[in-house]
Amino acid sequence: MAVNTMTKLTLGPIAYHWSADARRDFYARIADEAPVDEVYLGEVICSKRAPFHEADLPATIERLERAGKRVILSTLAEVMLKRERKATEDIAEMVSPEIEVNNAAGLYARGKRPHRIGPFMNAYNDATIAWMAGQGATHVCLPAEMPAPAIAAAAQAAVALGLGVEVQVYGRASLAVSARCYHARAHGRTKDNCQFVCEEDPDGMPLRTRDDRPILRVNGIQTLSESYVDLLPEVARLIADGVTHLRLMPQAVDMVAVAQVFRDVLDGRVPTGEADARLATLSGDAGLSNGFYHGTAGYRRIAAAAPA
Amino acid sequence: MSLAELICPAGTPAALRTAVDAGADAVYCGFQDATNARNFPGLNFTPDELAEAVTYAHARGTKVLLALNTYPPAGKVDLWRHAADTGARLGVDAFIVADMGVADYIARMYPGIRLHLSVQAAASSPEAIRYYCENFGVKRVVLPRILTIPEIRQIRREIPCEIETFIFGNHGLMVEGRCSLTNYLTGQSTNMDGVCSPASDVEYVRDADGSMSSQLAGFTIDRFGPEEKAGYPTICKGRYAAPHRPEGYYAFEEPISLNLSRLLPELIEAGVHAFKIEGRQRSKSYVRGVVRAFRAAVDDIKAGREANIADLIALTEGQKQTQGAFETKKWR
Repeated sequence: MAVNTMTKLTLGPIAYHWSADARRDFYARIADEAPVDEVYLGEVICSKRAPFHEADLPATIERLERAGKRVILSTLAEVMLKRERKATEDIAEMVSPEIEVNNAAGLYARGKRPHRIGPFMNAYNDATIAWMAGQGATHVCLPAEMPAPAIAAAAQAAVALGLGVEVQVYGRASLAVSARCYHARAHGRTKDNCQFVCEEDPDGMPLRTRDDRPILRVNGIQTLSESYVDLLPEVARLIADGVTHLRLMPQAVDMVAVAQVFRDVLDGRVPTGEADARLATLSGDAGLSNGFYHGTAGYRRIAAAAPA
Repeated sequence: MSLAELICPAGTPAALRTAVDAGADAVYCGFQDATNARNFPGLNFTPDELAEAVTYAHARGTKVLLALNTYPPAGKVDLWRHAADTGARLGVDAFIVADMGVADYIARMYPGIRLHLSVQAAASSPEAIRYYCENFGVKRVVLPRILTIPEIRQIRREIPCEIETFIFGNHGLMVEGRCSLTNYLTGQSTNMDGVCSPASDVEYVRDADGSMSSQLAGFTIDRFGPEEKAGYPTICKGRYAAPHRPEGYYAFEEPISLNLSRLLPELIEAGVHAFKIEGRQRSKSYVRGVVRAFRAAVDDIKAGREANIADLIALTEGQKQTQGAFETKKWR
């Protein structure tokens, strides 16, 4: 691939309940070593977790910005309780950093002030993106389940409106959210007395079918794919189709090395095939998938077409 | 005072007539394509069938609500716009929508037709609901099945539109409109295609020990002993093993139906305007039984009489029932 300096590599918000210490160490390394351009921070999944790490936010933002990263604060995907409504409003009132909205409550609070549209906002099409752009959206992250032709059509519309267009290219796909906490349920508890048992599973709690096949991951109220999405082989086509930002979702693997693999491909330093083999090694036991992109079952891995 | 309208499912023209005759205040239905969230084989309406249905329903004082409640992927938006155009031409009383682009189109093109916000939009806070009311003129919100009655009462005070809640039928666990589980296993999307755990991907496999596996796209969603009745493999109602639950358990929810008949008086008092019965995929006789029973119960309550809910309980006899989130937040 030709050297590409326009495309931005981003790091999505941490979906899991990593401890404050783990987060500090993680972002320190990201700031110092990871070749990503933009970093999304903030608790997106469970409002009960936020008090554990929100006190560190200002220092983390400062650290990342000092390292030359653009920081964006993401809002909760589900907003129902008083504290969730308050948390969403508080972020919506911020002048900086930029914010990414994941729930219509956030859109309401933000009004026409500039904001990014998160992957939970269901921006599936040109009409919706045009509406959102008219309301102040500057950037849109498309839903993880969108197939290539829809991504291309959405990206074309968004770029024409001057918006950034982001697609998740690495990590587990968010498949569902619920009002119920499935982590608590697995341990015979409820959401209100969960005792933060989700902290035990920094890469999600594995569910296996009754004939012992890995199928899904539980992360509190969220259900994720068992496989990691890997669109490294599709990066060239994504960029050709107008995608401007490529999102890596933090998993419990060496994310600095993962970012380096993508950067190497973007810079044309390493051939995609070789880079993808390295990515598979870095991803450990997790299977890699790109089915959604290819319009088939999300868990599937579709081999790249042989070069012409 | 709540109007306590009864909103009933119409998966087919025959089911629509049945629901109208059984006392529905309104019926909801969709076209035979991806524009609605029950895009199942053998269900839904052609434009000609919808025209006849509107005539039949309106002649009997029943409203027709058209579900356009899926999310068009970029490049296919015209299918949803044409469906809206057709619905408007045929005189439907309201559109049930989720996608902002679809809502914006209808609000601009057909400002005289009511917009209802589908449960698929997942608006679960006053702010989210107000967003759709202020921007698209939404007149009614169908609330997600995740709120308690005190929470519904509180929302009612803070929004400028009517509230519709589900009272009976399938008990969805995931936030609607935010679920890609089916697409992950089958390649068909609930949001974009209107498909959920499709029958075409279902297989029941008898294992050597006599047990039965119910599978979706080759994944075992549950396994049943020789004496157990094998259930339909809906992903969020399956049994799986987790590190702390090696024996297998209902990781999300048991196969259970929602039945809020006991809570009807409280829901009316909380200010719920309309009650929705789920089940466009259900038979005519099911629709007749459920609609008649709820019609009688709602009429009794509105007249200040004690409702006989025994008939409603009997409708799910032998099945597990829940009042879900409506009764207590311990459900969460």
